[in-house]
Amino acid sequence: MADTAPRLDYAARVMSDSPPPLRRTSLYDRHVKAGARMVPFTGFEMPVQYTGIVDEHQAVRTACGIFDVSHMGELEMRGEYAGQVVDYLITNDASKLVDGQALYTCACNEQGTILDDLIIYRAAQDRWLIVCNASNHDKMVAVFEKAAKDHCEFEDRTDATALIALQGPKAFEVLALAGGDAAKLVELKSFHFRDAVVANVRCTVARTGYTGEDGVEIFCAWNDAPALWDQLVTLGQPLGLKPAGLGARDTLRLESRLSLYGNDIDETTNPIEAGLGWVVKLDKPMFVGKAALEKVKASPLPRKLVGFEVTGRGVARHGYPLRDMDGNEVGICTSGSPGPTVGKSIGLGYLPAAMTAIGTKFLVDCRGKNVEAVVVKTPFYKRS
Amino acid sequence: MNIPAGLKYTKDHEWTKLDGSRVTVGITAFAVEQLGDITLVNLDVKVGDEIAAGKAFGTIESVKTLSDLFAPVSGKVVEINKELDAKPELVNDDAYGKGWMVVIEATEPRAIDQLLDEAAYAEHVKASAH
Repeated sequence: MADTAPRLDYAARVMSDSPPPLRRTSLYDRHVKAGARMVPFTGFEMPVQYTGIVDEHQAVRTACGIFDVSHMGELEMRGEYAGQVVDYLITNDASKLVDGQALYTCACNEQGTILDDLIIYRAAQDRWLIVCNASNHDKMVAVFEKAAKDHCEFEDRTDATALIALQGPKAFEVLALAGGDAAKLVELKSFHFRDAVVANVRCTVARTGYTGEDGVEIFCAWNDAPALWDQLVTLGQPLGLKPAGLGARDTLRLESRLSLYGNDIDETTNPIEAGLGWVVKLDKPMFVGKAALEKVKASPLPRKLVGFEVTGRGVARHGYPLRDMDGNEVGICTSGSPGPTVGKSIGLGYLPAAMTAIGTKFLVDCRGKNVEAVVVKTPFYKRS
Repeated sequence: MNIPAGLKYTKDHEWTKLDGSRVTVGITAFAVEQLGDITLVNLDVKVGDEIAAGKAFGTIESVKTLSDLFAPVSGKVVEINKELDAKPELVNDDAYGKGWMVVIEATEPRAIDQLLDEAAYAEHVKASAH
């Protein structure tokens, strides 16, 4: 029986047209119990909101929010040449990292457009962790696995690894209550990480995030996440901690002008026009996409991603056309929503270079209605 | 889920209240829950406009999404809730009260008999939630 089962399973999959069933993180039951609205997101059932997007957004800005981001991909590269292989695949410079340091970067293809945006972590000279977007998981597994061949070991740790983000001005106060050496985690520098025990759970804690607030992202074993979540929620609630969903995560990152893959960046955009030139190190001897990006850099950019404020009555949404004041279509909105902290209707979009100066007025085509907008300085929100 | 008796409902999650030939229109608590924090109510009609049943008369923007408002009956717009311009959150706070959107002088007031009563709407919500 044992050896026929896989064949039957294979046959069933080939014959069925229905999409694969949605996966659940180990925190699924917690979300449902907390009253979250669950939505399909990159193959997972994830919480979009619990009490309300604005309420959760404000909790992160003023106190603390806890996010389940276990859907994200965790890849590991091990061996003497692991660092060099990683460095070859990314636009930023991995060679300058020390053990326990992390780096935000793009990974590009040969055409210099963006395969994914990543955080890479140097655990040791011969051990590197890569966190990729859930939506790009399969693609990035293929990229890293292929590059690792004959040079270093590759392992996809996604299914074994849970990821909890604790974000907000009170994140370290919450951690300080979590026992063990968690109180000392406040000594971590930004974009640094180390192993720790938090609420009796062995984990790796990084001072990184996607909200524009101070805080940490905590990696732990898939099945340890519920215990860690429960402890942090119990300890944090008196300080104003709230579980926060994908909805708040999106408004928080937009106010802080952090790119969202699939919205603001993708395989049709390059890092320079997307405002991510600071993670492209053309002085590196070689990396995938270098030649193409040198060409991009050598000539004036046709278009750029800008931040804007909708000054008329409307909300810009992903995919809405952007028009000049004469009504000609000149660009596209990539992200937009009301900004709960800034109190304005904000967005990101690609505009011709000539229209990207701060103060430039243009129109957002909100389903046939042209609403006025103006290019503004970003980030829209910066923590004090 | 709050579904008051005595109102009639549409499958687009709007409520209507008949008073003589005047039909007051708003969105239901279920719609509000689905939309989340409402940030903008755009009514594309003004008092005196004729509207046809099923036609969009405005949009409602929440933090996450945008939704159309559809006229439940044909008729003439006789009142619009101007307060929503500055206070769209009234829809969140009081969907069946201060969150009303327009009043339509219905050409055929009996048309609202075709809409769902509270029991039928409750069934519809149950089906929509899955």
